[in-house]
Amino acid sequence: MARSARPLIAALLALLAAVSLVWMVQGIGGGNRSFILQLRGTKLAGLVLVGAAVGTATVLFQTVAANRVLTPSIMGFDALYVLLQTALVAGLGMAGFAGLPAGAKFLAEVAAMSVLSAALFGTLLGRGARDIPRTILTGVILGVLFRSLSTFLARVMDPNAFAVVQSVSVASFGSIDAALLPMAGLIMAACLGVAMRLSARLDVLALGRDAALSLGLPFDRLVLATLGLVGMLVAVSTALVGPVAFFGLLVAGLAHRLSPSSRHEVLLPVAGLIGALFLVAGQTLFERLMGQTGTLSVVVEFAGGLFFLFLLLKGRIR
Amino acid sequence: MIRVTGLSHRIGASTILHDLDLTLPRGKLVALIGPNGAGKSTLLRLIARLEPLQQGRIQIDGLDLATTPSARLALAMAVMGQQARIASRLRVGELVGFGRWPHHHGRPRAADHQAVDQALDAFGLTPLRHRFLDEISGGQAQRAHLAMTFAQGTDWLLLDEPLNNLDMAHARALMARLADLVRGSGRSVVTVIHEVNYAAAWADHVVAMKDGRIVAEGAPATVLTEPVLSALYDTPIEVARHDGRPLVLHHHRHDDLDAPCPGPATETRLALH
Repeated sequence: MARSARPLIAALLALLAAVSLVWMVQGIGGGNRSFILQLRGTKLAGLVLVGAAVGTATVLFQTVAANRVLTPSIMGFDALYVLLQTALVAGLGMAGFAGLPAGAKFLAEVAAMSVLSAALFGTLLGRGARDIPRTILTGVILGVLFRSLSTFLARVMDPNAFAVVQSVSVASFGSIDAALLPMAGLIMAACLGVAMRLSARLDVLALGRDAALSLGLPFDRLVLATLGLVGMLVAVSTALVGPVAFFGLLVAGLAHRLSPSSRHEVLLPVAGLIGALFLVAGQTLFERLMGQTGTLSVVVEFAGGLFFLFLLLKGRIR
Repeated sequence: MIRVTGLSHRIGASTILHDLDLTLPRGKLVALIGPNGAGKSTLLRLIARLEPLQQGRIQIDGLDLATTPSARLALAMAVMGQQARIASRLRVGELVGFGRWPHHHGRPRAADHQAVDQALDAFGLTPLRHRFLDEISGGQAQRAHLAMTFAQGTDWLLLDEPLNNLDMAHARALMARLADLVRGSGRSVVTVIHEVNYAAAWADHVVAMKDGRIVAEGAPATVLTEPVLSALYDTPIEVARHDGRPLVLHHHRHDDLDAPCPGPATETRLALH
């Protein structure tokens, strides 16, 4: 790891530890401590996982897209998630949906979302099309298609079932399913490990196609592998808390700003830590200090949306 | 040497290259010239494996492009395409450092750092090495990209219009630098050049292309002649000689020569001298 990045990473780790400690022990009373700690520990693990997944996925995606304004959700992942949920409720009815085993449903979601990214980008890139803007445009159009399909399903569905759909298709950091965590953690750890192994190659990839090819990098294969990783990471975070559109943009933007080096070896851990820190600190603030009067996902999206506008207005779109 | 046999390339319905056969000599400064749309850049990009080969065969010092792994080819040739913006925020020194990637694949050694220092020095970039690429001028960035190509340390350098962003002084310095590389260190350079006089002044071998075909090739004195250039660019072009090399007078029309200079004639003459 680059020496210049060590202080930043150490500071982020220390901050995350401090905030996590506050999260765990703040206001803990005398009775039933182990129950409370377990509840909080589950939530903490979920928040850290989601924050890290969204942060690293966005950095990876932005490197492949050579663009600092796009996030994986622009490729239609969140829309697919909502469609998946809507289809399940419409197909099985409310009781059937609630009766699905959580673990199996989660695995199916991760698999479906990963298959989508592989199929979408595999077919697009496999035909020798190295046209990233076209790939992204295809993603945007697929997103619109998925959204229209879920709107259609929601229209023909009974109003009570629609209420269930709405509850699962809005990001919620408050209700993380403990049963999913071990599996989500495993998938995440594997993805991050692979991403770190690829980090030096990703630095070369970021130089652009011509430069990367001329340096002997297997460009197309690396793009495909990276998009596969992004697909899995987004799948994990979406399945755990639901779609978050602008959060990744905020985290990746901050990571690029704060990181002393543009090497992925530094960027990826910094983005992961910033994402985790954001969510844990935000949830602590909203749940404990403000007594559940606000919703973290709304505020995160609001801040992310403002940042997106800021990027647009400053002409940072490349 | 680079041997091209039966090379054809199509983009959509239009044929860019028609069944080319070409041999580019080793240890020479080779200039590819021709009008816009002649297929110069396409030929260079195909040799550089930046575009997939559709039909034909390309060999570089005996390595077949179709069968040799890309990582191995990166040790034989370095390519500078037309510059694209780089998404990451890099310092000049870091960019040049990427030129060593084919040698170390992510783990630079002392020899790699030394090669980077040499490349920075050779292109006068040592004072700029800690500056960010987006904080220097276009010409300086161009030199940084060239230094990266140079740092790759390959026998072959393929350059696509390297003079694009450079002013007169830097353009001449670059051509002199390329000529030095060829004559001093025995490297081979293939470059696409728009301004034929740079080819006339510095190249050892000129390949003239038009409509996807080779029109003429050989020493500058045999290719850069009035009949060849006039046919190549579909416009009458006068060629003089200067310092024993052709000097292409393409910037004015021959029949305007006798027309009086506008403005006070004496002042203009003075300014010219």
